[in-house]
Amino acid sequence: MNRPLLEVRHLRIEFPTRRGVLVAVDEVSFTIGPGEVLGVVGESGAGKSLTGAAIIGLLEPPGRIAAGEILLDGERIDRLPHEAMRRIRGRRIGAIFQDPLASLDPLFSIGQQLVETIRTHLPLSEGEARKRAVDLLQEVGIPAAARRTGHYPHQFSGGMRQRVVIALALAANPQLIIADEPTTALDVSIQAQIITLLKRLCRDHGTAVMLVTHDMGVIAETADRVAVMYAGRIVETGPVADVINAPKHPYTVGLMGSIPSIVADRDRLVQIDGSMPRLNAIPPGCPFHPRCPRVFDRCLHERPDLMDAGSSRAACWLYDKVPA
Amino acid sequence: MKVLAETSAEPARSEARPAAKMPLLQVSHATKVFDVSPPWLTRVLGRAPRALLHAVEDVSFCIRRGETLGLVGESGCGKSTVARLIVGLYRLTSGSITYDGVDIATLASGRGDRTLRRKLQMIFQDPYASLNPRWRVADIVAEPIRAQRLARGRHAVAARIGELLTQVGLAPADGQKYPHQFSGGQRQRISIARALASEAEFLVCDEPTSALDVSVQAQVLNLMRELQQRLGLTYLFISHNLAVVHHVADRVGVMYLGRIVELADKRTLFAHPRHPYTRMLLDAIPDIAMSGKARTPVAGEVPNPLSPPSGCAFHPRCPFANDRCRTEIPALRADAQAEDALVACHAVEEDRIPQK
Amino acid sequence: MNARLVAALRLSWDSDVAYSFRHSPYAIVAAIVFVLFVGSAVFAPWVAPHNPFDLSQLDLSNSLKPPMWLPGGDPSFPLGTDDQGRDILSTILFGARISLAVGIASVLFSMVLGVALGLIAGYVGGSIDAFIMRVADVQLSFPAILIALLVDGLARALLPRSHESLAFYVLVLSIGVSGWVQYARTVRGTTLVEKNKEYVQAARLFGIHPLAIMARHVLPNVLGPVLVIATIHIATAIITEATLSFLGVGVPPTQPSLGTLIRIGNDFLFSGEWWVTLFPGIALVVMVLAINLLGDWLRDALNPRLRT
Repeated sequence: MNRPLLEVRHLRIEFPTRRGVLVAVDEVSFTIGPGEVLGVVGESGAGKSLTGAAIIGLLEPPGRIAAGEILLDGERIDRLPHEAMRRIRGRRIGAIFQDPLASLDPLFSIGQQLVETIRTHLPLSEGEARKRAVDLLQEVGIPAAARRTGHYPHQFSGGMRQRVVIALALAANPQLIIADEPTTALDVSIQAQIITLLKRLCRDHGTAVMLVTHDMGVIAETADRVAVMYAGRIVETGPVADVINAPKHPYTVGLMGSIPSIVADRDRLVQIDGSMPRLNAIPPGCPFHPRCPRVFDRCLHERPDLMDAGSSRAACWLYDKVPA
Repeated sequence: MKVLAETSAEPARSEARPAAKMPLLQVSHATKVFDVSPPWLTRVLGRAPRALLHAVEDVSFCIRRGETLGLVGESGCGKSTVARLIVGLYRLTSGSITYDGVDIATLASGRGDRTLRRKLQMIFQDPYASLNPRWRVADIVAEPIRAQRLARGRHAVAARIGELLTQVGLAPADGQKYPHQFSGGQRQRISIARALASEAEFLVCDEPTSALDVSVQAQVLNLMRELQQRLGLTYLFISHNLAVVHHVADRVGVMYLGRIVELADKRTLFAHPRHPYTRMLLDAIPDIAMSGKARTPVAGEVPNPLSPPSGCAFHPRCPFANDRCRTEIPALRADAQAEDALVACHAVEEDRIPQK
Repeated sequence: MNARLVAALRLSWDSDVAYSFRHSPYAIVAAIVFVLFVGSAVFAPWVAPHNPFDLSQLDLSNSLKPPMWLPGGDPSFPLGTDDQGRDILSTILFGARISLAVGIASVLFSMVLGVALGLIAGYVGGSIDAFIMRVADVQLSFPAILIALLVDGLARALLPRSHESLAFYVLVLSIGVSGWVQYARTVRGTTLVEKNKEYVQAARLFGIHPLAIMARHVLPNVLGPVLVIATIHIATAIITEATLSFLGVGVPPTQPSLGTLIRIGNDFLFSGEWWVTLFPGIALVVMVLAINLLGDWLRDALNPRLRT
């Protein structure tokens, strides 16, 4: 088997507070192969964005990686000094965030920002970089790209801005893009445009993507594999079609049932009672057990690891081959 | 138009009416224009023109007692303005809105009928901003009860609060807590309890679940449906999420740049969308079932509402636009094939759109 | 009832603000200094070794004694005496009492005026808002001290006879009027934000009277920044009072504040009796510094963005 492009092993992210240490992400392990799109889905507070931030080294203090390792092309990047991490960010890992305005500097034209990013990471002359900037803008579907390089971020609409951000993320031809809720702030019709664009570009460039979102629909359209997170842990992972059509973990089952659909006409949506525990009150055993319709004794005390469940893997004692 | 004339002639007496068929809320040619001009001095010195934002333009629809009308559209289409016009947070520029035969213009002026005011309530989008962070939940829910003297005496009020909190799936003891001790979904339950506290019959829900996670959204949607069945509530449900609207609504209106472009029974609208914009919206829904159907995302974005395109506002993005669309604003009229579907589109009227 | 009180106390001790206080040495030292000042000012008649304003206690033979650790010093006058033979330490304690009283009273006056006007401007909007804020702009283009001088001069012209007895109130009024703008601006800004929050809109839907909405919904949520301004403003008001008194238009010399003491002592600076002006000066600086440090800490503690 090929070596994975990105490998995350037993990642643990902690937030020390005055009331004790909060564990926001715990025992998270996954891989992304070259050119693969991994969807990371979960509700707010599940730790999906933190995992993304940890990979690109942008974890906000006081958050810290407390355990585990992150490997890019077999090389550890979680202990790198700031300067080395900065070079990797942009060159080898690109990033797209929810709010396009936050990723763009309002004081510089988008042409300047693109040229600067390109020249920081690639050995190109000013003129070559400028040409590449225009090509990139054309590629992300910005009309009259050459003319618009002189425009400032506020002169673009929300959808166009997110296109510019994608162009910036792709500027140095990175191997991996971390896209954190790239379509959440956009209107429905623009969302579809951006997803289509992201999919096409990553296929053309062979870029791997870690797509972090709360929207199962976006995952279904875009991802090859999916990892479902709950309370800082991965509870299920597998090929996207299997996870969506035949979810294994009771949480994923509930999550899929709770999505309203325009195809089915249902009186009630499947509902998971309660809400995700706060970080300071994660229950022992399986963190989902207080809300789980299929809970049994073992779930209260023992924490399940990911185990084989058909073509997927689920962190649930229901799938334990060797009963305790 | 025929329906309109009939209702305005009808005397305003709800008890005498057959419950199901008569419109409870009637919006006729509602228009709201905001003056977003720069300050007077800037206009005079800088020769800046007056700027008028036509947030809602000639919108008409009715809602029958006990039904749910869904209103969908993208940001800036005026759906939230419609919500605020109905509950009286904004005043109409022109047109009229009647609730149970009474003109709600009396609401906005502050005089008005107190009974009418309390029957029309609103559920807001942001569960974090819709509850005063410094008040205990019991006081929040009690506010309308105390303001309108719907229960007298401490014990009666406390009993009513307990009952309301139980009704929305919280415990009476939760009343002693503050809003920050609750999750987003629970806060939205508190908002609903507060609206019910004023004995509301009609709830305007402005994106009530779009700030919530899906599993929590399901809880709130289920609760809203239960309450509707139990209390006979009527909803105007506003959302940008078509799947959510499909789940909750009986009829659906689609708005684009201040106007309703299509209004039809839910099944009709989702099975046979007529307006090109509705088709585009339906096409844009991510396909969870992954049936692999080809998608054609429509190009372009919503234009600036300060300078809307001439004619049909959708024409710059519409694959079927012709010269008539660029000059003449289409009226909302019944579709030839289905009486219950209203569409504002020249191409539909002229039958220029190929069926899928 | 008692149990509830204990619970409330425990809750406030456990709150974020209390936590940040316990972990800020500056704030603790500043608070101790401030409490010492307030305490000794309030209890000056009992704490001070002498009553400097009791003419029967004055003895001209004690005049201009240096501090006790210098040759010629007298242990019963720890910080020396002035030309009338008054004990400097006692005059400082009594002076701080007047300075603090003027400072706090005028801040309360500015605060009530500014918060009310700011709330109305922000909530009602329109031409009322424009009028209030233009008045604020105009006033802000004059230095505060000039406004205070103007009000003071006006009061003197209108009430020539009773001025002496009303001096305290005139001073409070003149400093108070000069300071409302900052409150009004801050409150107006926060009110504009709060007004559009959905809980205020919800209250409007229940038919709550606008005045009740302002008082019960908006006001409690805009008070945080007001508290910070007020704390720092006490320091400014004390300085303004000291400046006015130094210029001779403040409280009369029969009831000297720290500013008056510094002015009186100033005359002796060049004749070698530096202690007459230096110690009141140090007292003023330490008090103002303590208040400013407290204000800075409060601003940080109440700012949710700085909270970790």
